[in-house]
Amino acid sequence: MTRFVRADLVASRAPPAAIGGPLGWLRRNLFSSRGNTLTTLAILGLLAWALPIALRFLVLDAVWTGASGDACRPEVAGRPVGACWAFIADKINYLAYGSYPAAERWRPNLALALLALAAGWMLWLGAPRRDLGALFAFVAFPVSAYLLLAGAPSLGLPSVATGLWGGFLVTMVVATVGIVFSLPLGILLALGRRSRMPVVRVLSVGFIEFWRGVPLITVLFMANVMLPLFLPGDITVDRLLRPLVGIALFASAYMAEVVRGGLQTVPKGQEEAAAALGLSHAQSLRLVVLPQALKVALPGIVNTIIGLFKDTTLVSIVGISDFIRVLETSRADPRWSAATIPATAYAFAALVYFAVCFSMARNAGFIERRLAAGERR
Amino acid sequence: MTEISPAVALSGVNKWFGAHHVLRDVDLTVEKAEKIVICGPSGSGKSTLIRCVNGLEAHQQGTIHVDGIELTGAQASVDAVRREVGMVFQHFNLFAHLTVLENCTLAPIHVKRMGRAAAEDLAMGYLDRVRIPQLAAKFPGQLSGGQQQRVAIARALCMSPKVMLFDEPTSALDPEMVKEVLDTMAELARGGMTMLCVTHEMGFAREVADRVVFMDEGQVIEVAPPAEFFDRPRHARTKAFLSQIL
Ligand SMILES: Nc1ncnc2c1ncn2[C@@H]1O[C@H](COP(=O)(O)OP(=O)(O)OP(=O)(O)O)[C@@H](O)[C@H]1O
Ligand SMILES: [Mg+2]
Repeated sequence: MTRFVRADLVASRAPPAAIGGPLGWLRRNLFSSRGNTLTTLAILGLLAWALPIALRFLVLDAVWTGASGDACRPEVAGRPVGACWAFIADKINYLAYGSYPAAERWRPNLALALLALAAGWMLWLGAPRRDLGALFAFVAFPVSAYLLLAGAPSLGLPSVATGLWGGFLVTMVVATVGIVFSLPLGILLALGRRSRMPVVRVLSVGFIEFWRGVPLITVLFMANVMLPLFLPGDITVDRLLRPLVGIALFASAYMAEVVRGGLQTVPKGQEEAAAALGLSHAQSLRLVVLPQALKVALPGIVNTIIGLFKDTTLVSIVGISDFIRVLETSRADPRWSAATIPATAYAFAALVYFAVCFSMARNAGFIERRLAAGERR
Repeated sequence: MTEISPAVALSGVNKWFGAHHVLRDVDLTVEKAEKIVICGPSGSGKSTLIRCVNGLEAHQQGTIHVDGIELTGAQASVDAVRREVGMVFQHFNLFAHLTVLENCTLAPIHVKRMGRAAAEDLAMGYLDRVRIPQLAAKFPGQLSGGQQQRVAIARALCMSPKVMLFDEPTSALDPEMVKEVLDTMAELARGGMTMLCVTHEMGFAREVADRVVFMDEGQVIEVAPPAEFFDRPRHARTKAFLSQIL
């Protein structure tokens, strides 16, 4: 048997030069195999076909100014006409506020600013007093936003009937109420589902399964038509409140399941350690279990919130003037009858919804990375 | 009740998981500052026994007193006992979302209502004692197993317990880290802490324990000072067990 003893140790060397530069990147990522190359070419072909059309419609051929539909008629304009942004510009206040009185529109604006403050306070991890932030977001903000929007004559704010609210304002109201109520309610339901008390458990499971088993559109119709049946004849429920209640309960069932998934990832030992240190059950949930569970559940929570935001469009079917509905009303305006008005309206709706949902997703991604960075293994 | 109550007194304790009888007529009295090592084969009920001492598991028959406080089913008695008892787990169970320092200050702040600054001073003192003050700002996931277990010990000590329970504190550790944890525990023992320790580290038992308790099938089979226990075991099962692990 030969014996081996290393005579000299190998010094560390730089790795072989990779094929650098943009060409190297293209080679590695887009054209690394025959299948990959074919896919890349197919996608490039699709983009080459679709992008110019979209660009021509949305920008190059678009009409930016004008006082009526005439500006957007090819025979009047004397050129091919794409999106009629002049129509959106003309209707923008109606799209934003519905029939909310013009003199009072600072109130929705202020409410929106409060919403931004609440969201920022909650989501910015380094913010001071985030416990106060949660109190603000889930208690003070809903109350003050309600007083602002609906009015409080005793505070010098004239009331504005909810029938006048409309447009993006109503979409935001429905989505915000859905989120602000469904998140805490969902957490309670998820905790109830694993409660040691059988009654609580059965009620939670029953509630969750009921709302998950019914389509939202059915919930909205039921809220509209059936809620009054359950109440004494002389009590009428606000027409906007009905779908709000339905959406909040509906979303809370989904939220509960997402939170439950997070709760399941927290090892039992965490609660045992908290109990052994003398923390009460409630403290252990609040300080140990929920922070870890919600962090895991965050992508699912954001997913549910985004879904909820898009589902708010369904309230237009039960007669609420949300963003989609005022857009529909606007495009029926005879003063603005032109061939590209419907396409413009829907393109605008898509852009608005996409902007909101995409920014929510980006924000959530940012927070996830921040949370993960703290505890990297 | 006697004038000076023992640190822990179990008398006729029985416990079932469903129909499974896991603790059978357990009697054990631990005096103050006494160090007890509990050993026995897997499934013999060692963990269940010490988890009963701080109410993580409820016993069904018999009485358990900790520093004179009886553990009844009532939450108040469980709370009172947990203020006296610290526990260290096999898998550390550090709070993964909190830093080492926050792990140590959580209970002092929220259970003892201590101010944050005072709690942090206290915690740094104990982190010093387990020789890892430099890790205060790290998260548990960034620490080695031995370091995590020492944090867990410091975290329990921050509540100034009169009794410390250890459930196989070294059996999830790589061999080279076992010693640092055992050294920490030996030092705690020298400081006069009352300790109930489930472990199979027989060197530690010989050196530190006042008495060794051998359990099998939910029963206490033999209790003896370490010298006698290891050199002159009486019961056939003790002999069989020792011949397997030594
Ligand atoms: N939560 C539980 N539910 C049902 N049975 C349990 C539970 N915990 C423990 N047991 C059973 O009780 C018996 C004693 O378990 P225990 O964990 O106390 O043993 P142990 O001596 O600590 O064993 P090990 O050395 O493996 O940790 C075992 O048979 C176990 O299967
Ligand atoms: Mg065990």
